[in-house]
Amino acid sequence: MRHSITSLGLAIFIALPLAAQPPGEPSGPPADPKAAAPIDMTGYWVSLVTEDWRYRMVTPRPGDYYSVPMTPAAVKLADAWDPAKDEAAGEQCKSYGAPAIMRVPEHLHINWQDDNTMRVDTDAGKQTRLFHFGHWMPTSKADSLQGDSLAEWEMQRDGRKVVNGSLKVTTTHLTAGYLRKNGVPYSANAKLEEYYDMMTERNGDVLLVVTSIVTDPIYLTQPFIVNEQFKKVPDDKGWEPTACSSRW
Amino acid sequence: MRNRIILNLAICVGACLPLCLPMMAQIDLSGSWQALNHEDNMERGPGPNIDDWTGLPFNEAGRAKSLGYMQSVISMPERTCWFYTQWHIADGPFGLRIWAENDKLTGKTIAWVIGAWEDRADMTIWMDGRPHPSKSAPHLETGFTTGEWHGDVLTAYTTHMKSGYLRRNGAPTSDEATLTTTFFRHGDYLVLTMAESDPIYLTEPLVITRTYQLTPRIISPGGPPCIIGYEGVKEGRVPHYLPGQNPFVNEMDHKYHIPPEASLGGAETMYPEFRDKLKDKFTIPPFCKDTDCGRPRTPPPPQAKAQK
Repeated sequence: MRHSITSLGLAIFIALPLAAQPPGEPSGPPADPKAAAPIDMTGYWVSLVTEDWRYRMVTPRPGDYYSVPMTPAAVKLADAWDPAKDEAAGEQCKSYGAPAIMRVPEHLHINWQDDNTMRVDTDAGKQTRLFHFGHWMPTSKADSLQGDSLAEWEMQRDGRKVVNGSLKVTTTHLTAGYLRKNGVPYSANAKLEEYYDMMTERNGDVLLVVTSIVTDPIYLTQPFIVNEQFKKVPDDKGWEPTACSSRW
Repeated sequence: MRNRIILNLAICVGACLPLCLPMMAQIDLSGSWQALNHEDNMERGPGPNIDDWTGLPFNEAGRAKSLGYMQSVISMPERTCWFYTQWHIADGPFGLRIWAENDKLTGKTIAWVIGAWEDRADMTIWMDGRPHPSKSAPHLETGFTTGEWHGDVLTAYTTHMKSGYLRRNGAPTSDEATLTTTFFRHGDYLVLTMAESDPIYLTEPLVITRTYQLTPRIISPGGPPCIIGYEGVKEGRVPHYLPGQNPFVNEMDHKYHIPPEASLGGAETMYPEFRDKLKDKFTIPPFCKDTDCGRPRTPPPPQAKAQK
């Protein structure tokens, strides 16, 4: 009798999790990242520059490094910033690298390059970022201005139903660049972690909120964490591709 | 014997319950969250440049009120506590202490509380579906806030705030302003997006985002509420500048080569197209050697040891 009751209990232990699955869950292979997207980031977006205005909308004053947790080596390098040298070396795009590009006042165009790759184009500096989902491996060993970005969806569920989510992107293999146009540096050892969230304001505006976390063992004393907001716009009005500039 | 059987059964059922309960959206926001201040550090700490209203979507009334602002005005008893609406969460330098208030019987969270800090009162976010007070209800420093979850994202809506500020250089908000605060949590990071709407002074919402980091160090939600005291301002005197007489309208131009058409704000200053207006006029300012550019202070030289 005792063994029967225990066996019954064990049977319940095994059966209940299976019974808790809601009906109608599709079986089969998991959806690709494009189909599985919990939020729709595609479309055109415009920067809302309401923070750090003098560091983003104009070239910051040389020597003005407020807010950035810089090492002494970073301060020394930034103090030596010379935009003419960058131009002569063909490095006008140093302030448009992945760790900084989302802070540049700009329009974004986000779409899917394929089912596993999200593409982000910027009009400022004419940059392209590719967010690779799944087990993507870079095809080149060379570092680059935009680096290599691995993306994953973070799903938010109510029961087993996905009701919301965000995008996490990790970027490595970066060439050295500037966190700000006045020469605040990041090194080739920098790593960027980002979170992309969406929300709808009470007036109907759809916003994309980006959280950028830059770590750099050489030039930052701690992770440098900033946010950017973008407002969704209905079309490409205002899209104005402009080349990189060291001075503006 | 029978008791042992029942106990065995109960253990088996109880062990499987965590596996069986559906995963609910909603996450824990409680804890001490340290402000990182990697953006607007000067504005949130020592204070903004006196004529810096860049990126504020003012209308003419908002601009005029800002230009009339004299810092001494907050010495008036009527205005001592003027800064401390809930917008101060976005524009102050402080961390957050957040906790849940739970129903003692059901355990359900009936409110999330962002603790007070110095002169800013608690923000209690009611989660139990209660309505906002009527339009005629008194406005308090705390305002009145309700919240709802969308997945793991909490959105809070605050009304009934007193008039206050957008920046501590006189940029105003009226008592008709409302605030929407959205909470996103990513591991040990808490991201708050705050959008202030004001039909009196703004043409569109002002949106600001701040990130905080979970810390094991307790952030005490203390500080008494703002206490009004006598600071020597003569009764009846209201410090201000008359229209056209603010002497500081060119400060941003002197320091950063940012002209008044930008520093006086307006919605267009939020958007990248505004750069086209400045491009041909802007020149890079000279190198800043002052500590007010955020440069690390040079430590004083070590004192020479006394000769024996």
